[in-house]
Amino acid sequence: MHIPDGFLDPKTYIGTAAAAAPVLAYAVHRTRRELKDRQVPLMGVMGAFIFAAQMINFPIMGGTSGHLIGAVLAAILFGPWAAVLLMTTVLALQCFVFLDGGVTALGANILNMAVIAPLVGWGVFRSLRGLGMVPATFVASWASVLAAAAAASVELALSGRIGLGLNVILPAMLFWHVFIGLGEGLITGALVAYLGRAHTEVLPRAVREPVGEEARAS
Amino acid sequence: MKKAFWVFLVAALVVGGLLSPWASPDPDGLERVAEDKGFLHQGEGQEVVNSPLPDYSIPGVANSRVSTALAGAVGTLAMLAAGYGLGRAVRARAAGDGDSSHRLES
Repeated sequence: MHIPDGFLDPKTYIGTAAAAAPVLAYAVHRTRRELKDRQVPLMGVMGAFIFAAQMINFPIMGGTSGHLIGAVLAAILFGPWAAVLLMTTVLALQCFVFLDGGVTALGANILNMAVIAPLVGWGVFRSLRGLGMVPATFVASWASVLAAAAAASVELALSGRIGLGLNVILPAMLFWHVFIGLGEGLITGALVAYLGRAHTEVLPRAVREPVGEEARAS
Repeated sequence: MKKAFWVFLVAALVVGGLLSPWASPDPDGLERVAEDKGFLHQGEGQEVVNSPLPDYSIPGVANSRVSTALAGAVGTLAMLAAGYGLGRAVRARAAGDGDSSHRLES
């Protein structure tokens, strides 16, 4: 759902950039405190993996495709604030090197896929963690895609460039992203299941052993 | 940590550098809505900068699958460096809090 140049008017692309900037500054502050040095190489490789996975559009139906965003995967591995920064880096690379997402729309794309997707996804993951790591991951990933799609719809409607109100653009976007989100949930769920089995040490303690789970697990 | 690093590095290169040419060419959710609702043209020719590898292709490489695969591999490695650099840059100012000796351990 990378918004290209031309879909947003200046008030919307300046406004979204202005909204995203302080969140990024706060994310730097939190990441500096919370990210462990030993996680840094993994952050590089997971950024690379998320970039690569975003290239793989999977068909959904009716001649439409979707691809992983990866925001919940990043949030589970590195915490929501480091995820904000890692997703921002992916989007900036895609924008400036590959022309995927417009330069004027970069603030909006960051707000949708690097701020709203990981923060909403993380909130849903934490609140459902008691259901088990993989089910919580699946629902959180699905919700992160819908939240990002809803935010993109609001921006497109506010912009006025496309001449459609939120009452038209929102249902149209949500319809397709309900299905694209299932792909996000399946892929992220499978990856987290694999990490939980084969590489438990990469999962932060908050993810591995949520409060109240230790007793039940033993 | 070390093992997961190599597993995902290989996975990233396989996905970005080998599988990427076979991704679905169908429009994604937003492009589909833009087509259906008739605003796709709003984005045509509006790009404000030239990018070195537009649309995940290497200019001058005639075979489109090879072009996409090379662009994918370049992007994957560039993101590896960028993600690592990001982590290092953000963590740099917190040096000395006793967590710097475990890089790539276990």
